[in-house]
Amino acid sequence: MATAQTRTLSRVMMAPAVIVLLIWMIVPLVMTLWFSFQNYSLINPMMTGFAGWGNYLYVIGDPSFTQSLVNTLILVCGVLVITIVGGTLLALLLDQPIWGQGILRIIVISPFFVMPPVAALIWKNGFMHPGYGMLGHLWKAFGLQPVDWFNQYPLFSVIVIVAWQWLPFATLILLTALQSLSEEQREAAEMDGANAINRFYYIIMPHMARSITIVILIQTIFLLGIFAEIRVTTGGGPGYASTNIAFLVFRTGILSNDIGAGSAGGVVAVIIANVVAIFLMRAVGKNLDA
Amino acid sequence: MARTVPTSTRIGFTALAWIIALLLFSPILWVLLTAFKTEAEAIAASPTFLPQNFTLENFAAVQDRSDYFKHAFNSIIVSVGSTLLGLAIGIPAAWAMAFAPTKRTKDVLMWMLSTKMMPAVGVLIPIYLIFRDLRLLDTVHGLTLIMTLINLPIIIWMLYTYFKEIPVDILEAARMDGAELWNEIVHVLVPMAVPGIASTLLLNVILAWNEAFWTITLTSGRAGTLTAFISSFSSPQGLFLAKLSAASLLAIAPILLMGWFSQKQLVRGLTFGAVK
Amino acid sequence: MGSISLQHVKKSFGEVQIIPDISLDIKDGEFVVFVGPSGCGKSTLLRLIAGLEDTTSGQILLDGEDMTKAPPARRGLAMVFQSYALYPHMSVRDNIAFPLKMAKAPKALIDQKVEYAARTLNLSSYLDRRPRALSGGQRQRVAIGRAIVREPKAFLFDEPLSNLDAALRVNMRLEITELHQQLKTTMIYVTHDQVEAMTMADRIVVLNAGNVEQFGSPLDLYKKPANRFVAGFIGSPKMNFIDGPEAAKHNAHSIGVRPEHFKLATTATSGTWKGKVGVAEQLGSDTFLHVHVEGLGLMTIRTDGDQTFNHGDDVYLTPDPTRIYRFDASGVAI
Ligand SMILES: Nc1ncnc2c1ncn2[C@@H]1O[C@H](COP(=O)(O)OP(=O)(O)OP(=O)(O)O)[C@@H](O)[C@H]1O
Ligand SMILES: [Mg+2]
Repeated sequence: MATAQTRTLSRVMMAPAVIVLLIWMIVPLVMTLWFSFQNYSLINPMMTGFAGWGNYLYVIGDPSFTQSLVNTLILVCGVLVITIVGGTLLALLLDQPIWGQGILRIIVISPFFVMPPVAALIWKNGFMHPGYGMLGHLWKAFGLQPVDWFNQYPLFSVIVIVAWQWLPFATLILLTALQSLSEEQREAAEMDGANAINRFYYIIMPHMARSITIVILIQTIFLLGIFAEIRVTTGGGPGYASTNIAFLVFRTGILSNDIGAGSAGGVVAVIIANVVAIFLMRAVGKNLDA
Repeated sequence: MARTVPTSTRIGFTALAWIIALLLFSPILWVLLTAFKTEAEAIAASPTFLPQNFTLENFAAVQDRSDYFKHAFNSIIVSVGSTLLGLAIGIPAAWAMAFAPTKRTKDVLMWMLSTKMMPAVGVLIPIYLIFRDLRLLDTVHGLTLIMTLINLPIIIWMLYTYFKEIPVDILEAARMDGAELWNEIVHVLVPMAVPGIASTLLLNVILAWNEAFWTITLTSGRAGTLTAFISSFSSPQGLFLAKLSAASLLAIAPILLMGWFSQKQLVRGLTFGAVK
Repeated sequence: MGSISLQHVKKSFGEVQIIPDISLDIKDGEFVVFVGPSGCGKSTLLRLIAGLEDTTSGQILLDGEDMTKAPPARRGLAMVFQSYALYPHMSVRDNIAFPLKMAKAPKALIDQKVEYAARTLNLSSYLDRRPRALSGGQRQRVAIGRAIVREPKAFLFDEPLSNLDAALRVNMRLEITELHQQLKTTMIYVTHDQVEAMTMADRIVVLNAGNVEQFGSPLDLYKKPANRFVAGFIGSPKMNFIDGPEAAKHNAHSIGVRPEHFKLATTATSGTWKGKVGVAEQLGSDTFLHVHVEGLGLMTIRTDGDQTFNHGDDVYLTPDPTRIYRFDASGVAI
């Protein structure tokens, strides 16, 4: 298909989307780049002028940067591992002939509908609070000392909250993929004498590869920018123990009012995201063609 | 499903599935129950399951302290408005990609998606300054614009995967029948893609409703959405447990109900063409 | 009016040339069939005429007017697709009415034309159904109905019957021919089924690798094939070809004899070819014998259905001397 005319039309049709996204991407990015080379602080208006690489050296040289970078990776990978392994197992379970499958699906998907600040508040006050949180009560019931989660295991606690929000997403996509595996394919595999484990490795996993790729892609997009959960619970602390890159930039730029350094951090964040993006897009692009 | 399993196995699986599902659901259940307890009961040393003194006063207090209905109204305007605007821009673009693809179509799609990966913090400062200069700070339309931009790539991608399932023959038949592009899209493509468009709409309303970064940083009193509303409860903790629950429940209830009722549509949409 | 003229039409997809150079004149009211092996460019040619694809170069004239650059909607042609391409979300009535709605016809006229088309095509009792609730044959009729209400300059059919079963195919073949008699509108019909081509066409275009091998009436093609390709393609079962010394006897590089142009005997006579019967396909009315002829290879022979042959029987074949086709080294008929 496609005559010269439809090609022209298709360019016109794509133009609004392409133009707004281009503007959305380029204008702020250029401004961020510009600020990142300036001395620009809202607290100290005397500090102006070209900063050279100063802001970058300041941001990257700070130990908090390395820690935030590591935290970002742990956060993204931790949540991905939990949701994909957990999601696969849960999907396999929900795919069994069980009673109340319809209601179960509704119950399982529910956390996905909960907005991040609410999710964080529930976990923080209702569950992980050492004084009156449910986990505290549970620990006491077993005669244990309640854990002060956000002080003792800040990053782990954030991972738990985020994983709770994204587990339903992974589970339901993987479940849908499982259910699209035709009964015939399974039966054929059974006829060929494959046992449950072989069936999982040779039939089910390859079939799900595409869905898992999509889950990784979508989740990574959102996980790189995790913000509200940290702000509401630990505020990035104690120290920088639960600060990721996104939150570090927020801390530097907005909380400390150092626009120059914040922007430099922003540029670094964009670069990191792009490295991840290129890497992921390659993988997904290949998988989508199939 | 023609699989037969022994009843005992079935009972086992069912029990396991329900236990896990209820554990996952327990935070929401906690909010639901605590919202109707008194503050004293909520933080009692030995916790109760059902509210002993069923009360609605938490909701009244929440509405008093920070106008729920105004925030909910803003949330609706922003999430529905940005989704509709996104569909208006996204449907033509997805049509072009699905039915008049070029060698670069896939790259364009991937590029669009990569703009979603751009960390919001990286561009927060300039956006804040631009919004300040254009007087868009703390306005519903300013926020709607941002929300449209951040969800547009997802909208286009979802629509693209749906459109690709529609046989191009049918659109060509419409062209032969004398339909100009506008009629082809309005009378043939869109009606055929209704299920896909519906799940795109649902998912994006949810994403916009739950978006917490831009809503918090770009709004305060006037245009605040429910995420801003709930954030105002996050600082004073401790004795506010029941009121916090009431506020949380109010913030998530609309989207939770919508999600439950449209679950089938939504899950189909969530798969992003990952499942054929 | 609906004359269609192609002038030096060329089409490439990227680097690949699908149609090297075609010129063709189709007269108003003609029923023309494009026939050829799979992948030879029939659909592409039809889509070029429809305006669904651009020509790489050359002109397409409709009623003498240059339409090469016109979009499909403005060419005034109607097309019936192999997949029917019905609008699944519309009732049969709305499907048929769609082109009229697009042309902004008044409501009363639309109703009248839809009723008429439905009566002509025996669809009156299905008008409120959705396409999904129709059988293949009924769907095809709806697709045709949608095409006729526009009163197009010409109809374009792309293998419209290939998704139907054999019996239905024969029926629909007759119905389309009947429709043509009635409407007297130009029709271009793409098929790879040479029976359809022979029975329906006023003239047939035989295509091979994007080239027109021959353009003529069915009997012309049968009796005077321009080359070996056409000779082999038209006629069923296929013509038998013989190379080498036997062809040289007729001053040709190769010769061809159709299965129906043999005299068959069980005893030797002069000038005959001796062979052994391989497979005998008995259709009742006819029998097709696959005979291994000494020195010449396997040949197909048509006989009447009354005689029976067994595997391994000796037979003697005499080709009808007036019906031997002769071809030169490049395959052109002499
Ligand atoms: N859009 C396209 N891009 C590239 N090549 C194409 C395209 N459309 C068709 N072709 C190629 O052009 C050639 C002719 O295709 P066409 O569909 O016209 O064949 P056809 O004669 O209709 O065959 P069939 O009888 O199988 O329908 C084929 O080799 C096909 O692969
Ligand atoms: Mg074809």
